[in-house]
Amino acid sequence: MMTVAIEEPQSQITFQGARMTLRKTLVVCSLLLLGLLVLIVLMSLLGSETLPVGGSICAIGTLGRGDCGLTSDQSLILLNIRLPRILLGASVGASLAAAGASYQALLRNPLAEPYLLGISNGAAVGTMLALVFLGSFEWARPLMAFSGALLATLLVYRLAHGRTGATPERLILAGVIVTTFLSSVIVFVTTLMDATRIRSFTFWLLGDLSGTTNELLVIAIVVAVLCTSVLAANARSLNLLMLGERDAFDLGVEVSRVRLIVFVAASLLVGSSVAASGSVGYVGLVVPHLVRLSLGGDNRMTVPAAAISGAVFVVVADTIARTVIAPRELPVGAITAIIGAPLFIYLLKRG
Amino acid sequence: MLEARNVTVKYGSRLAVSDVSLRLTPGELTAVVGPNGAGKSTMVRTLNGGLKATAGEIILADKSLHRYSRSQIARRIAVVAQEADLRFPVTVLEFVLGGRFAWAGKGAWGWETAGDLECAQRVLRDTDLENMSKRLLSELSGGERQRAVLARALATEAGNLLLDEPTANLDLAHQAAILALVRSRCDRDRAAALVVTHDMNLASEFADHILLMKDGATLAYGGPAEVLTPKLLGQAFAIEVLVDAHPISGVPRITPVHKALGGL
Repeated sequence: MMTVAIEEPQSQITFQGARMTLRKTLVVCSLLLLGLLVLIVLMSLLGSETLPVGGSICAIGTLGRGDCGLTSDQSLILLNIRLPRILLGASVGASLAAAGASYQALLRNPLAEPYLLGISNGAAVGTMLALVFLGSFEWARPLMAFSGALLATLLVYRLAHGRTGATPERLILAGVIVTTFLSSVIVFVTTLMDATRIRSFTFWLLGDLSGTTNELLVIAIVVAVLCTSVLAANARSLNLLMLGERDAFDLGVEVSRVRLIVFVAASLLVGSSVAASGSVGYVGLVVPHLVRLSLGGDNRMTVPAAAISGAVFVVVADTIARTVIAPRELPVGAITAIIGAPLFIYLLKRG
Repeated sequence: MLEARNVTVKYGSRLAVSDVSLRLTPGELTAVVGPNGAGKSTMVRTLNGGLKATAGEIILADKSLHRYSRSQIARRIAVVAQEADLRFPVTVLEFVLGGRFAWAGKGAWGWETAGDLECAQRVLRDTDLENMSKRLLSELSGGERQRAVLARALATEAGNLLLDEPTANLDLAHQAAILALVRSRCDRDRAAALVVTHDMNLASEFADHILLMKDGATLAYGGPAEVLTPKLLGQAFAIEVLVDAHPISGVPRITPVHKALGGL
């Protein structure tokens, strides 16, 4: 062994501020989680129907079992319409942000994002095929969406890797190609649908949290929690991959194993989100960027913090979407794109 | 101890390395020199398991390399290859702690231990980066960044160091400083080092052994005085060189003779 054990007086090396620590990660994530919970309650009070504050908080706290003085209509609006929609928004936001942060680290590209790489479109094609051909089978939607997302991921990855490796520009171009190709597939499948469904379908495609089922909501929440944990568990490998695939390999990272885990977990996240709510764009771009800007580049912080912040982002965006021109609604994807597209251009210009 | 036995590497049908043998012994520095495309970098990657040898074998401490896991290899062989990608914000300390990855427990989620931090502090001191642990890697100068890359390799505490052109893009003082640091790792800590370089005079000054490669094959392998001769270097680079003794250290000094300047 090269090192000799020496009794050093200063065993407490802190490196204050030079690195992320477990303690800081736990504190930040707990605070963000608390903020999310408060936000979920607050946002459930907002909408075209005004609900009594005390009664609503009481009803959410007891999950509708206690007597909180709400009318049955109010209780229905709160617990069966608004709360599921907000929870879906939270899990979709968490899923897309965690997937985005992981894709960015793995592909070494701050612009990598499920929607921009065509992965959301892959999931959308899967969902549509399930709707058209396997309509009676509830599980077919998320499963087909996952398969579509995974296939699109592999396709983009293959296209982006030339003989000289993947440059950021090449990856984005590959994403554009896959996105436009899958868009034309979507148009083609849409013509197979009957006219009455096309309108609601178009709305879903732009990212819409209103038309989901309880099964899809539960799947989305479970997948969001499990797969985000899996990604966070691989965050130290992602830290090294983010700085170069060869270097990561040299330092002991099982590159192909980590790549497979990230592709599958992120595809599950994107698949379950798209199956429930269509393609909500730019979440995976905006949120991880802001998290890195304020908390640094360590993925052990970025992945969980981006997931919780992504939940906050989509819950807020959806509240805007359903209140800004009430009683009519916008698709939430329109709001996230209005915020995300300018940031994308800014990041692109900065290089 | 790291050893290549009759290693041949092919990219498709192209022969990159042909029947090369070399041995890295603790305490010794081996330089690999030769023209562009001679197979030097391929040799480095093969020694570390990054490329598979088409024929021949890599031996790490009496066992074939493929019998080790990735992290077992990373604890024994450190590589300084290319500059890191800097599109994401990473502090110097975080970067250097990357060298401790292979020492983490089973779950790679693990956070660095007090031992990891002590090791990082030691290598930051050795590479003269102590005051820069908080700085972002992207803010460093070329020389500082190259030292950070070396610091990360040293943080692995591996007994074998493979450095692929560690002094490229560095000024004179920094070139010598990097090689002096590697040399001291060999002398003080009994590390075995391999350095790929284009600088014959640095190789002559710091190396115990020199491997001269051309077209994937070994042209010469031995001490600096045996390998750095006008005949061998002329064969390798197709250029006339003048070799005399360095006025201070006495090691071979290589001076290319450019025909355009009139020769001798």
